[in-house]
Amino acid sequence: MKAKTPSKLEKILAAGHLAVTSECGPPRGSDMEVITEKANLIKDYVDAINITDNQTSVTRMSSLAACIQLKLMGLEPVLQMVTRDRNRIALQSDILGAASFDIHNVLCLSGDHQSFGDCPTGQNVHDIDSMQLIQTVRMMRDQGKFLGGDDIKRPPKMFVGAAANPFADPFEIRVPRLAKKIAAGVEFIQTQCIYNMEKFELWLKMAGDRGLLEKVYILAGVTPFKSAGMAKYMKNRVPGIEVPDELVKRMADTPKEKQPEEGVKICIEQIQHLKEVEGVRGFHVMAIEWEEMVPEIVEKSGLYPRPSVE
Amino acid sequence: MIVADRKPIEEIIEEVKNHEKILILGCNECVTVCEAGGKKEVGVLASALRMYFLNQGREVKVDEKTLERQCDHEYLEEIRDVMDQYDAVVSLACGVGVQFMAEKYHECPIYPGVDTCFLGATEKRGLWTERCQACGQCILARTGGICPVSRCAKRILNGPCGGSAKGKCEINKEIDCAWELLKALDKLDDYEKIDSIKDWSTDRAGGPRKVVREDVQE
Repeated sequence: MKAKTPSKLEKILAAGHLAVTSECGPPRGSDMEVITEKANLIKDYVDAINITDNQTSVTRMSSLAACIQLKLMGLEPVLQMVTRDRNRIALQSDILGAASFDIHNVLCLSGDHQSFGDCPTGQNVHDIDSMQLIQTVRMMRDQGKFLGGDDIKRPPKMFVGAAANPFADPFEIRVPRLAKKIAAGVEFIQTQCIYNMEKFELWLKMAGDRGLLEKVYILAGVTPFKSAGMAKYMKNRVPGIEVPDELVKRMADTPKEKQPEEGVKICIEQIQHLKEVEGVRGFHVMAIEWEEMVPEIVEKSGLYPRPSVE
Repeated sequence: MIVADRKPIEEIIEEVKNHEKILILGCNECVTVCEAGGKKEVGVLASALRMYFLNQGREVKVDEKTLERQCDHEYLEEIRDVMDQYDAVVSLACGVGVQFMAEKYHECPIYPGVDTCFLGATEKRGLWTERCQACGQCILARTGGICPVSRCAKRILNGPCGGSAKGKCEINKEIDCAWELLKALDKLDDYEKIDSIKDWSTDRAGGPRKVVREDVQE
């Protein structure tokens, strides 16, 4: 696939390199230093940094503001956008705002339901869904048109991504859903955290059998366990995440003070395994509130130094 | 039908406590079926209010009446002759009936006695569930007879989202994922057709709506 946008992430993928992305959650306040500190920790070890959009429906600094900050630092942001909080006017408007700062990557999501966050009594918008947001960005970029049909002066040039969860139910819909996102115009996918390798590889194989892997870049999502408690929590409490019993046991059998180290070790083993799996074009390392571990994970997985593209 | 639920008695007392001649007005349609505002509930509420005023040592007249409907002029006219006997009405009709009453008898305060909840069905006695949000442009023909607008917490037209687990919605384990119901009905043949961006102008977004049928108007 040839790069169609100025996105550094797209260029790295198009050149055939395994890409590495990570993410930062904006602070629950207006101190931008939280973002600059997290970004400085990981910037040399990743190709692009996602900024989450009010994740788990908890109100935070806006993703767009934090992405602009990364851009001003000379870094490559991925603007996460959820359809929960903004209608089609606001979404298009923010896409243009991002484009005005030459933010070249967007991740189209529906967003967690507001009942999980700090404003459970609020309205949700869902004027369009994530599939339709993908279509919207592609239309704005490729046709240079607003949804209303008018021309856009200086259209956005964004590499368009979405999430995929091979582990959500029902499994048989997961590959058709990927196909649908590709048909909508998605160009890269960052997956949900993968722990069940077998199921992930089955999903990839089924996608490959339909010829989908030539049409989209799949970045495998990985998240290191910080503790045995976290492994158990992810297994039992987080919908749409599958953690095999042996991983929970391996964490639980490790003495408490060694558990973070073991979690990182498991994560590195997973990346090394997945590097050899056909269809994996890169990694999305989600070290939740543990960004300082990203350099070690990337380095020990043999993904450092990061390639440079012009 | 329109499904409503009974308002807490304390809330109703707070509204009517300073009145002296109160009419509790039921409706014989939807709110009767969902056991929130029919003749029986009118009786229950009237007894509770009489008890309250008795305990307060106050003499307050609390009368009961249930109309065939409160969303039609002709039935509301039935009480025109007696309305001057009351200084307050608690209407147990849905929000439509309460407003229609208030428009017709604006000299008398009309208080709502139920919370109007949704358009739904009776699954069994004591269990009513939502089926429709009256978006004004029915898409059920292309969604296998299951409405994602009313039955998906994110009204996603191209679902399911990542929060669907074991057939249930992430927001509540008692709510079926609309998109998994589709699978159960084997209606997934068209799954990969992308449903286009919806025109919400016929929904709440377009402002108060009207259906005009000149051919049947007199």
